[in-house]
Amino acid sequence: MAIRDRMSGNEAVAYAIKQVNPDVMPAFPITPSTEIPQLVSTYIANGECDTEFIPVESEHSSMSATLGAEAAGARSLTATSSCGLALMWEELLLAASNRMPCVLALVNRTLSGPININCDHTDGMGARDTGWIQIYAENNQEAYDNFIQAYPIAEDERVQLPVMICQDGFITSHAVENIELLEDDKVSSFVGTYNPEEYLLKPGEPMAMGPYSVSNYAMEARKNQELALEASKEVIIEVAKKYKELTGRGFELFEEYRTQDADYVMVIIGSAAGTAKQAVDDMRAKGKKVGVIKLRVFRPFPAFEIAQALKNCKAVAIMDRCESYNGNGGPLGSEIMAGLYRERIYIEAVNYIYGLAGRDFTVDHVYAIFDELEDAVVNGKKPEQFKYIGLRDAMTR
Amino acid sequence: MSNQTLEIRWHGRGGQGAKTAALLLADVAWKTGAHVQGFPEYGPERMGAPITAYNRISRDVIRVHSNIYTPDLVVVVDETLLESVDVTAGLSKNGAIIINTAKSKEEIMPHLKGFEGAVYVVDARKISVETLGKYFPNSPMLAAAVAVSRVMEKDEFIKEMRSSYEHKFAKKPEVIEGNMQALIQTFDALEDDLQGSKGLIA
Repeated sequence: MAIRDRMSGNEAVAYAIKQVNPDVMPAFPITPSTEIPQLVSTYIANGECDTEFIPVESEHSSMSATLGAEAAGARSLTATSSCGLALMWEELLLAASNRMPCVLALVNRTLSGPININCDHTDGMGARDTGWIQIYAENNQEAYDNFIQAYPIAEDERVQLPVMICQDGFITSHAVENIELLEDDKVSSFVGTYNPEEYLLKPGEPMAMGPYSVSNYAMEARKNQELALEASKEVIIEVAKKYKELTGRGFELFEEYRTQDADYVMVIIGSAAGTAKQAVDDMRAKGKKVGVIKLRVFRPFPAFEIAQALKNCKAVAIMDRCESYNGNGGPLGSEIMAGLYRERIYIEAVNYIYGLAGRDFTVDHVYAIFDELEDAVVNGKKPEQFKYIGLRDAMTR
Repeated sequence: MSNQTLEIRWHGRGGQGAKTAALLLADVAWKTGAHVQGFPEYGPERMGAPITAYNRISRDVIRVHSNIYTPDLVVVVDETLLESVDVTAGLSKNGAIIINTAKSKEEIMPHLKGFEGAVYVVDARKISVETLGKYFPNSPMLAAAVAVSRVMEKDEFIKEMRSSYEHKFAKKPEVIEGNMQALIQTFDALEDDLQGSKGLIA
């Protein structure tokens, strides 16, 4: 029987960490993820889990210590946000290239400046090319569910890569909502014990980790890493199927919501997907054929799968909660459009930037976007293909 | 959002517990089997700065993750905000507003920009000082929000809050009784004004 409860997204992830009971958690506090290490250290102090908690002096150190623990053969993790993730940059790449299956609970927050503590995806998207698997959540429930699936994905022998479990700062991290939790023993048996084949503290089998690689070998190492990331797609789906057997809650690389016969589709990540689904229901009730694709897994990027899912619609709105400063689109927009081109699917595609630094995103924005797509298609207009939504009047273009 | 969802907006100042009150309301409403949201909107985090917090309470799953612009109920935890914040913005005339003030409803009405819906005043300072010996407006304002909205009935609310406070104040049990009294006094103070009211739940 599922345990019905209510808690914030940070509480949900901390609770999942307690249930998974990893070996080592080094952490340094930063808003809005601070509650996660705070709550975990309380669980440890109360004897509810026996994770070794290491308070460190920076995020550079928290990720370094996470890697050290993982290299020694311990299941390890940390949590951070925003500038904390930026300070881990070097170690993020080391985690992936050294094939360390550690986990990072990321609570998405913008990066400076202007200095701001609120949600957007600048931090996570900035780390998109570090080789990590990235899984995003719509709400507290998904943050919990994704965290429990993280180690089975990361530690699978076909993968051996680090996983970032992302949720929207404040919007879900600090919002108390209903949730269904699993019993401790079910989480334990789902996640299993960690038995790495090779690790630094393995008696009788000395090994080197992270040595210099000459050009003759380094490129092959990179290709192997890329192959592992590609292979993680099928593992992510397998783990999700097993999780559905346990909970009834199913997950894919992305969720298709009322897209079957949709003429207009919005592709969106995170908490705003819930807002978009509500708007889709409202518009469907008025006869509009609209739908939402909520991207769950941004890395590995399901380019082919999304392109195929979009091939029958007339126009797509691709929503980025992050600016790429390339004058051409956000990360999600650029990657989906590249995927559509490779699949030779030529549909109208508009890339919107929304919700930067905590700017609210509402059902009214969703209505307006679908109206704009419909207007373009029905009246044969050429819409501006890269634009902001939610700016103050004078700057709206 | 939908007709079945009760939307509440809290206006307070940092340190007064408006966020805590919103989270506690989510907590007790959850115990009635409802789907709930309780969340703060953070500006600059400092004591005394205006803050906003929100609740959605529904029989259905709540998916919207945006702030609330057309609330059914507004709770003003600090009456000095009436000068600087448009507290009735988007508030339906079928909705209600509760203001923490020592003034009468008639004295407060001119500050509400012609709001036509139900207005309730609660002297949370007086209740708090009488019951807790200090000024913590959030317990009286929480009770007022429940009394006006009828998210749950008084007896059930009082019972649930006792267990919430026993959990929340496990290390400070001496404040539990005062907070309980604050809740009860607030219900009593609003009793006459709420005669015949059906609450805000559809």
